[in-house]
Amino acid sequence: MAVCIAVIAKENYPLYIRSVPTQNELKFHYTVHTSLDVVEEKISAVGKSLGDQRELYLGLLYPTEDYKMFRKLHNSFTDVMCNPFHNPGDTIQSKAFDGIVSGMMVQTG
Amino acid sequence: MADEAPFQFLHNEVIHYIYKSAENGETENGKNITKLENMGFRVGQGLIERLTKDTARFKDELDIMKFICKDFWTCVFKKQIDNLRTNHQGIYVLQDNKFRLLSQLSAGKQYLEHAPKYLAFTCGLVRGALSNLGVKSIVTAEVSVMPACKTHITCPSSDQRHSHKD
Repeated sequence: MAVCIAVIAKENYPLYIRSVPTQNELKFHYTVHTSLDVVEEKISAVGKSLGDQRELYLGLLYPTEDYKMFRKLHNSFTDVMCNPFHNPGDTIQSKAFDGIVSGMMVQTG
Repeated sequence: MADEAPFQFLHNEVIHYIYKSAENGETENGKNITKLENMGFRVGQGLIERLTKDTARFKDELDIMKFICKDFWTCVFKKQIDNLRTNHQGIYVLQDNKFRLLSQLSAGKQYLEHAPKYLAFTCGLVRGALSNLGVKSIVTAEVSVMPACKTHITCPSSDQRHSHKD
């Protein structure tokens, strides 16, 4: 289960970010930003390893993530992109996307 | 994906509508072509997200172009690009000898002056697809004999030797 989910645009700003309400939410937002560095590392590493690993999912950045979760998130992101009322680059405001994300977050009762 | 015919009819009607609604104000060709290209851009963005959901990460720009020539073109036009040429410096030429959107117009030089209208949407489609794959590009198309069509894609970022020419 996730405590924080974020979708980052290719210009490095968040299209969507949501976390379980706690006192330390800012800490999650910083973690998301620093994880971008890890993502970049992985991508440049993949380019050198003879194109073996061509998966979209870059694997566990830290050992707490779930592959199925990424798949579901990516699928709902694709649906958002295909919505004609959504302009790419805007923050994501789809209720369906919110629903999927809620399903993946830690339930706090 | 759905049959070709509805898309072709819709495409023709969109072109007709845009030109008709421009009759009151201006009849500049430029604005209408831009509108069509922008429509294609947005559609291309959404389409490429759907198509690449399950495909592997692309190795490099050439890989992306091959994907456009095969899977993307097949999805939209039910056939592949016939010929891909590149100078390995950011310029790609995609040749389609029987471009679906032109094959109903004529089979030679007739109506050649109307061809640009029918190519604008497709140029936008390719540009939108490339944009969401992270490739900034300029896409133009030329027709010398219908229904063959050449699409020129210029990627300024990988073009390091020549200065930006328009």
